[in-house]
Amino acid sequence: MLAYTFKRILQGIITVWFIATVTFIAMHAVPGDPLANERATTEQIRLNLEQRYGLDRPVSEQYLVFIGGILRGDFGISFTQENRRVNDIIRENFPVSATLGILAVTFAALGGILMGALTALFRNRLPDFVIMFLVILGISVPSFVVAALSQLVLVDINASLGFSLLPVAGWGTLRHMIVPSMVLGLGTMAYLTRLMRSSMLEITSSDFIRTARAKGLPPARIFLKHQLRNAILPVVTVLGPAIAAITTGGFVVELVFAIPGLGRYFVEAVQQLDYTVIMGTTVFYGAFLVSMVIVVDLLYGWIDPRVRLE
Amino acid sequence: MDESPVYRDPMSRHAVRQVLWLGAIATAGFLALMVALAWASSATGGGSLVGRAIDVETKTITRALAQEPPQLDSTRATDQVSLFVLGHIMEGLLRYDASNRLVPGVAERWDVRPDGATFWLRDDARWSDGRPVTAHDFAFAWRTILDPANASEYAFILYYLKNAEAINAGRMPPEALGVTAAGDLVLEVEFERPVAFFDKLVAFAVYFPVREDFYVSRDGRYGADTEDLLYNGPFMMTRWAHGAHVRLEKNPHYWNRDTVMLNVIDMPYVTSDTGAVVNLFKDGSIVSATLGAEQLDDAMKLRWDLGRYSDGSVFYLDFNFRPERLTSNLHLRKALQYVNDPGELVNKVIALPGYQPAVSLFPAWLTGVERSFRQEYPPLTISPDLEKARQHLELAKRELGVAELPPLVLLTGDAPIANKQAEYFQNLFSRALGIEIRIDKQIFKQRLEKMTSGDFDIVAAGWGPDFADPLTYGDLYASWNGNNRGKYNNPELDDQVRIAQNSVDPRTRMDAFGEIQRILIEDAVHLPNYERGNVYVQDPRLKGVVHRAVGTDPDYSQAYLIENP
Amino acid sequence: MSETPRFSAADFEAAAVDRQLQAVSRPSLSYWQDSWRRLKQNRRAFASLGMLVALGVLTLAGPFVWRLDPAAQDVNQISQAPSFPPSALIVDPYTAWSGVTAEPTRMGDVVTGLHLAEAATTQAVRLAWEPVVGAAGYVVYRSVYDQAPDRALGLPVGEVVGADRVSFEDRLDLEPRRYWYAVVVMDENRAEVENYAALVVDAVRTVSVEEAGLRGWVQDVSTLTPGDRIGLPYHPLGTDYLGRDMLARLLYGARVSLFIGVVAPLLFVLAGVVYGSAAGFMGGRVDQVLMRFADFVIALPFLLFMILFKVTFGIGPGESGVFPMLVALVLLGWPSTARLVRGQILQIRQEGYVSASQLLGARTGYLVFRHMIPQTMGVILVTLTFAVPSAIFTEAFLSFIGMGVAPPTPSWGSMANEGIRTMLSHPHELLFPAVIISVTVLAFNLLGDGLRDALDVRMRGSE
Repeated sequence: MLAYTFKRILQGIITVWFIATVTFIAMHAVPGDPLANERATTEQIRLNLEQRYGLDRPVSEQYLVFIGGILRGDFGISFTQENRRVNDIIRENFPVSATLGILAVTFAALGGILMGALTALFRNRLPDFVIMFLVILGISVPSFVVAALSQLVLVDINASLGFSLLPVAGWGTLRHMIVPSMVLGLGTMAYLTRLMRSSMLEITSSDFIRTARAKGLPPARIFLKHQLRNAILPVVTVLGPAIAAITTGGFVVELVFAIPGLGRYFVEAVQQLDYTVIMGTTVFYGAFLVSMVIVVDLLYGWIDPRVRLE
Repeated sequence: MDESPVYRDPMSRHAVRQVLWLGAIATAGFLALMVALAWASSATGGGSLVGRAIDVETKTITRALAQEPPQLDSTRATDQVSLFVLGHIMEGLLRYDASNRLVPGVAERWDVRPDGATFWLRDDARWSDGRPVTAHDFAFAWRTILDPANASEYAFILYYLKNAEAINAGRMPPEALGVTAAGDLVLEVEFERPVAFFDKLVAFAVYFPVREDFYVSRDGRYGADTEDLLYNGPFMMTRWAHGAHVRLEKNPHYWNRDTVMLNVIDMPYVTSDTGAVVNLFKDGSIVSATLGAEQLDDAMKLRWDLGRYSDGSVFYLDFNFRPERLTSNLHLRKALQYVNDPGELVNKVIALPGYQPAVSLFPAWLTGVERSFRQEYPPLTISPDLEKARQHLELAKRELGVAELPPLVLLTGDAPIANKQAEYFQNLFSRALGIEIRIDKQIFKQRLEKMTSGDFDIVAAGWGPDFADPLTYGDLYASWNGNNRGKYNNPELDDQVRIAQNSVDPRTRMDAFGEIQRILIEDAVHLPNYERGNVYVQDPRLKGVVHRAVGTDPDYSQAYLIENP
Repeated sequence: MSETPRFSAADFEAAAVDRQLQAVSRPSLSYWQDSWRRLKQNRRAFASLGMLVALGVLTLAGPFVWRLDPAAQDVNQISQAPSFPPSALIVDPYTAWSGVTAEPTRMGDVVTGLHLAEAATTQAVRLAWEPVVGAAGYVVYRSVYDQAPDRALGLPVGEVVGADRVSFEDRLDLEPRRYWYAVVVMDENRAEVENYAALVVDAVRTVSVEEAGLRGWVQDVSTLTPGDRIGLPYHPLGTDYLGRDMLARLLYGARVSLFIGVVAPLLFVLAGVVYGSAAGFMGGRVDQVLMRFADFVIALPFLLFMILFKVTFGIGPGESGVFPMLVALVLLGWPSTARLVRGQILQIRQEGYVSASQLLGARTGYLVFRHMIPQTMGVILVTLTFAVPSAIFTEAFLSFIGMGVAPPTPSWGSMANEGIRTMLSHPHELLFPAVIISVTVLAFNLLGDGLRDALDVRMRGSE
């Protein structure tokens, strides 16, 4: 187990390096001048700007500078926010996104697993239809609509109550976290419900469950130890990358609820061609994702002992 | 079949109970997790409890910020949000009052002459550490901006100073700048060439002072955080959680503090989503909100007091004048000019009360010699005329030697109104003249790249004012101007621009601008679309907020609260 | 303890000999034939299949039946909700109004004599009033609700500077409805006074003769004279933010959206299945390398690579980059399916029948395709059904960077995106595309469910 984990971590580092390099090449291949602005600047000012950001050196040298920076743990200074180091941006904004993301994923996982199990149990009866209807709605409606509508609902609730039960936007206290994390988790929850349902249906009609029942095992034990545990593997598979994706992709929710997270940097950095932030966030996300995948793979072995990890 | 054996199985009852139990435990666990995370985030100093929109006792107002201010170093700031914050925490030699007149700021008296200017500073202007604001601070700031190593994008706005351009190009050292501090309280300025509106320039944020010893002591991090800034304006920044929260408090060291009626401007919400900001206003969390078209009906139903102001910018369609482009043909441009209907665009398509149809490059808010520029120099009106347009089109086809015009490329950005506009023009030109328009939608940097390299036929563009003089628009189409992306080259226009730049007589200058306006319309250099404005709602207990086309907008330095509106 | 059964003499008689012990009750069915049979029996799934076929027919035939041009912008009916066919009054074309000036003689803080200078139409509402001495100007407000009693004046539609300019022409977004106008005096400090003059106006929908001709509503404009009524184009589902017919746009948009929404998911799920099963089955070093490559693809910044694709494929302005977009979606979308399938395969390959098959000499391909993949059908179908709306909305997102379909070609996803902006004031613009996307997703879901049941090997042979 330990050797396997060590091997995976090594592979992970190589993967992240690969991600960084390919992104670096892509970034420089995309047309557009990271230093250009609506107002044209004189030749001299442009040259000075290039020098300041090290863009006047050949691309290969820039790459080495960048790799050297990563090894030292320094991603450089943002092009658009000229006084902030990318490290600081990630350090300050990631915990917010992480909190939001962890809550969202927990909400999605718990809700998805439970609702999926429920629909499998009540197959083709009312709870199944209701939940499936909600799932369809959840994936057909764009996330921005859900976020905006939920904010409107909050405003109405506060107005009719006469006091502010839940804040409409912002971040900082427990009450700020409830609605945004639920909105963020909804899409994934719909997906997980569906997966869980499908998985449960298959497991439930399989032989070993029939055997277990025939053996006379207590129903609760069958449900928990056998059905749930076997059906949960696809959900776990999805959850790994989902954690990484949700944590860094909460762009819409962060925008609508004015949450100072990392999500918007992923989108805006590309739009602004802010090289350092693009590289910093990509490497960070890559490392995060790879670690989550390693955790998921390790969990496979624990959940289903038949799965041999080599 | 549809049914599964689970149905009639007594096990399902137990399973359901199990699931519900699990659900209860899960919810409890989820809430516990939330509590734990909330405790963790507050323990590490994230966020703080914020009050409501207005607190009359503590004279606090709360509002939202459109984005994180990227640059609070006044020598390098370029964007709206940074300039808004800077305008409240610092002050220049002169400033604008509530009626948009130039009044003394740090300077008590001033004298602008054709060859230079002198400013006498007041003796009670202080930095937030108690030290006085001196002429050296201005001289240092302006030299720093022009220092090529600093790479300030707004350096060009100081080019009126003697040797400024040479210094910025690296040909002379910063010390050669024609600005000297003749004593702590007297600032002498020499001009490169006569500039009639220098007093208006000096009120712009780029001309704000920076104290040398403090700047040097921050070691390159000047403007990065609250402790890396010195404040000489009506407010100080007491909190800056990047991307999350900016808090301004009344500056006790400000010389004019008796006119500052607010104690705190708290901005704990950073988002650019109009809907979110309006929701915050509805919830009573913030004091004002700008409305989009979407929110107007609601605003009227909720019976809000609405205001509107023009933000001073003009938007138009620019043409590509490079010789290989079809749009360099005058008749083609005239054809398009005669179908262009800004009235229809603004009134039917954009349909926002703040927007006005544009008729000229020079917007309506500019002043001329005595009255408004628009009154003294009314632009030639081009009303939509399909007949004339078609005639011009025929002439164009003949001159270009084509039977049918090949498609033209319209370059546009990704903003929603830009999109609407592009599709509207695509349909208009096709319907009226049978010209096929291909929309080239690019996001920010790629669009700039194409504009600079001239990879377009028509591009949707706009310009906002840097200072309150027609020259900020007037030189846009001069052949040497980098912002003239279409490379329009007309020696007659260039001459008029030079006259406007070099003369100090108001009448001569305004006549030159009038000429420029005429040339732009006759030569169909661009197609004016609209002058932008905003509709907003504001808590009626807040008064005295000033909106400007040039300068700090909105300006809370003279705002005050009343108990009962 | 069970009872002793009671016997009778008849029970001990010899039974008849039955030669017909074995009869073929029905022909032997292969896996696929059995699946199809079970699918047909599943009413819901079959209905959804029918629904999808109907959508397909609508896509192909719809534009020929409903012949309105989806790109035609009817600026007189912008963002119109579904309603009855409108008509309009013919009037002379719009000419600029010079306005009214009058010297102020009266003192006071509110204007008098506020009236309509001419009949109020959707072309323009022209107001005039009597001036007031000492006014710096006047501000005109308009609301769609009654402004009394709490001075809720509504939208500030314009400002007139100068005490002697006593008229205002409102052309902003005029609809054929009732408006409440208010004129407020501005004093020397350009502040507004409390009192206001009010006027209720009913605007009438009008179009000019020129417009009717230009937009092709009549063959011959000489038949029209001001005062006639003319019927305007009818939009049963309303219009969008530029006055384009929603129904026509939905019909045309179906082509792009269904194509992308069906083909892209099929392709990348297929790619994912092949990749994932290879990785899962072979295990070991191969599995590691393949999965690390999949991780690498997931971690790449989506937007950046989309821009790169756009540039690489050399999509010119105004060209529909549907094919490059398809390629891009597939290239960046397969890893999630691959991971899921690999997970399932890892579980399944330990099963008894797999080793049994191998001992019997089964080849890898046979094992994977014939045994393992049908076991993973559930997961695959779920991914497919979720991939459909995901592809539709990703296509809409990509048109934001200029990839995908070029304007004015519609697609359901971009219609939904545009509709979001007017979600509160004109919900129909979001509602119709969202509903049709939901219906499509629902159909795929039900079909997917039915397919999973039909293809489920465990249920094979059951009635």
